[in-house]
Amino acid sequence: MIAALTLLLVFQLAGEVIARGFALPIPGPVIGMALLFLVLMLRGGPGDDLRQTAGTLLQHLSLLFVPAGTGIVLYGDRIAAEWLPLLVALFLSTFLAIAVTALVLKALTRNRARTAAEREQ
Amino acid sequence: MSPDLEEIWVYLSATPLLGLTLTLLAYQAAFWIYKRAGFHPVANPVLISVAILATLLLATGTPYQTYFDGAQFVHFLLGPATVALAIPLYAQWPRLKAMAGPLLIALVAGSLTAALSAWGIGALLGASRESLMSLAPKSVTTPIAMGVAERIGGLPSLTAVLVISAGIIGAVFGRAILRRLHVGDHAVHGFAIGIASHGIGTARAFQVSEQAGAFAALAMGLNGLITALSLPWIMPWVERLFAG
Repeated sequence: MIAALTLLLVFQLAGEVIARGFALPIPGPVIGMALLFLVLMLRGGPGDDLRQTAGTLLQHLSLLFVPAGTGIVLYGDRIAAEWLPLLVALFLSTFLAIAVTALVLKALTRNRARTAAEREQ
Repeated sequence: MSPDLEEIWVYLSATPLLGLTLTLLAYQAAFWIYKRAGFHPVANPVLISVAILATLLLATGTPYQTYFDGAQFVHFLLGPATVALAIPLYAQWPRLKAMAGPLLIALVAGSLTAALSAWGIGALLGASRESLMSLAPKSVTTPIAMGVAERIGGLPSLTAVLVISAGIIGAVFGRAILRRLHVGDHAVHGFAIGIASHGIGTARAFQVSEQAGAFAALAMGLNGLITALSLPWIMPWVERLFAG
């Protein structure tokens, strides 16, 4: 587990160095994820230790958002003044984004499945 | 409070131990409630944990910064957890590659919808400019959203709260929306939730299936990437268009 955690941190560190070094707008951990993905492709998959540690971390991904979410206590005044537009925009926009993404992807993959079926006939 | 208890309180409130322990205790309690509710999405553990902690901070008059001095150790793990998303991505790679074209088109459609509808609805209802620019990146993962907000004139820490709210909303209602749209494919399900609700949606998608989780992780990463690259030049243009 310690070896796997070390590996994850090394990739995050490499990601941070690349992000800062090239002044990229992408956060270091996202670049670290891409680097680790490339290494997994080259090596042919993760070892058991890495798979287990990643599984444990991702299983409790929700916990990791709690400290930032608690930051809501800083915005009592703004939320009191603007709660209606903030709430409506958050709900409607999130619903719309889910619906548009799902419908576009569903329509495109259905066409593809259909043409594949027609080709077989 | 007797002097002894007060001394203990003064000591504890000055160390990171209390904020860290309270974060984990609140999450344990929230997860217990979530489990008792049969993993019903409305009993979202992030929502319940934040409600418990915010109530505690407000009731004891504890500044957020004092709390965060301890909670930052949990917050820090977001970095390695993001890197770890490479593993489910790798596992789902054959399916992802087969769907590459449709995924990219759905990504652009979903990403633009997420940012522009948030800005537009907020603007129609009279939100302030700072709030609008904090709303626009609300569907991407916290560190990217905070960076984007800073560049377009939003407030990074307000953005963090809006991002987490959008995550919770998608995690709670996503399945109901997708069921109504007759989306049965776990790949489509995960991708849509990942676009709209980043890591919190991804956490929820992993509970649906590993495939849903991997597609959500991919959607989250890609949406973060294109939002970081596109919003800083789209938003000034959108503002000019509607102000003029």
